[in-house]
Amino acid sequence: MVSKAPNPIIELQNLRLDDARALLDHDMVQALPSAEESGHDYLQGIINGLCELSLKDPLTGLSNRRHLCAVQERTIDGVARSGSPALLLMLDIDHFKKVNDTYGHQAGDQVLRTVAKCLASCVRPMDTLARYGGEEFAVVLPNCPTSFGITVAERIRQTVESLAIQVSPGVTIRVTVSVGGAYAPEWVRSTATLWTERADVQLYKAKSEGRNRVSLDQQQEIFVSAEEKNLLFGHLALGDPAWVESVPSEMSGASVHSAMQRVN
Amino acid sequence: MSDVLNPPEPGASSATVPLKPLGKVVAVTSGKGGVGKTFVSANLAAALAKLGQRVLVLDADLGLANLDVVLNLYPKITLHDVFTGKAKLEEAIIRAPGGFSVLLAGSGMVEYSRLTPEVRGDFLRIMNGLVPHYDIVLLDTGAGISDVVLFAVSLASEVLVVATPEPTSLTDAYATIKVLVGQQKRQIIRMVINQTARLGDGRAITVQLQQVLDRFVVSEPGRHIKLIHMGDIPADPSVRQAIMRRQLLMQSTPGSPAAMAISQLALKIQDAVIPR
Repeated sequence: MVSKAPNPIIELQNLRLDDARALLDHDMVQALPSAEESGHDYLQGIINGLCELSLKDPLTGLSNRRHLCAVQERTIDGVARSGSPALLLMLDIDHFKKVNDTYGHQAGDQVLRTVAKCLASCVRPMDTLARYGGEEFAVVLPNCPTSFGITVAERIRQTVESLAIQVSPGVTIRVTVSVGGAYAPEWVRSTATLWTERADVQLYKAKSEGRNRVSLDQQQEIFVSAEEKNLLFGHLALGDPAWVESVPSEMSGASVHSAMQRVN
Repeated sequence: MSDVLNPPEPGASSATVPLKPLGKVVAVTSGKGGVGKTFVSANLAAALAKLGQRVLVLDADLGLANLDVVLNLYPKITLHDVFTGKAKLEEAIIRAPGGFSVLLAGSGMVEYSRLTPEVRGDFLRIMNGLVPHYDIVLLDTGAGISDVVLFAVSLASEVLVVATPEPTSLTDAYATIKVLVGQQKRQIIRMVINQTARLGDGRAITVQLQQVLDRFVVSEPGRHIKLIHMGDIPADPSVRQAIMRRQLLMQSTPGSPAAMAISQLALKIQDAVIPR
């Protein structure tokens, strides 16, 4: 019989935790538990901290691409299961290069941070905000009825537009965003890539139509209303004899038979 | 020279059959699962083969179709091996008992069920390679209205929607048709109603679907959709028997009402898609 090896006891001092420690000291808001009190808690704290770091965009504190992708995959799964629609918004700050070129990169960073904070104020805690890259952001809104999509996208656009962003003492600038959005298909099997692709197409549309606007992909709204359903089979359930009135003549047994003769 | 993609029946001379430039691609789809889509695909293929057509059925659900189960075929080489470059396309095509060819996806294809641009490209290449060698290619698509299903249907010149008289099936068939009209600008969709209880039920259902479509879908400008009723397949205990025995209905009980209906369906499909 093979006996299980006992759990090895990890000696903290044998682990090289300095680099991780330094990373966390630099970035983490929460203090790590002290190593002296509980080695276990300390190690867990470092692991938690590293996990958190690996999912965050350092500049804005929003989720990064890695986290976004995981959330998208999870959301697609959820949509397929629950059937409740989810929305992906892709946002891009209009003419962001001008901000950098005119006011410098620090001002640009300030704009990114302020817009990020503003986004957080526009969505629900359950939504995921991510910095997609550069001046692009993404928002995943699970459980978002199709009629609410345009409302939330417009709210984001208007709130950003109304922001006065102080980039240096005495210098306040305004920016606008273009927003593209697509719903996760209420169908089985799609991918984060395809979903992003569709939202991106809409973002491009918003950009090319003049920026500072919202464009949502409405194509995926497959909805069969109660009225349609009633018309489809309402009288079927009631056993209405009208259902069988239109027996077509070519469906008679004789023609089936003659068809068979042709086949053979 | 023998046609590797469509090995002739023993005794048949392939030289007498001219290679047509393009076969017709018919997508068999349903919306809801479990309405007999694969059953119809396989038996329709057998019926068309009996009419002298060269038919290929392709598991366009990329591994989630039950074509292998229905046909009781478990080939060593599948579409998956073609996708991964381990085998050539012609090696994956097998002869089904009903006298038609089958290209099965293989269980490894499930990872391809995510429709990336690469998968799309591979699929297109495979279709382009296949279609010239057959008169009719039937695409057995997956259930639901997934990206994969819509993509597969977009490759077809004809769409055959299988539905049963059940409300859930009708709703899903209706939703599917709505998407096909809206997204793919389909103008003609062919209907077959499976498991009908009474003669004429199927046509009445098609008429009903058409009326609701006319009212809710065609009302938008530029949209036009015509449903063509291709036939009913009556509820028939021999269908269940054939399925449980994992045989083709067309072979186990060719004289059963359901089999005769499928023969008639095959004639109609042949008339509709193959120009005389």
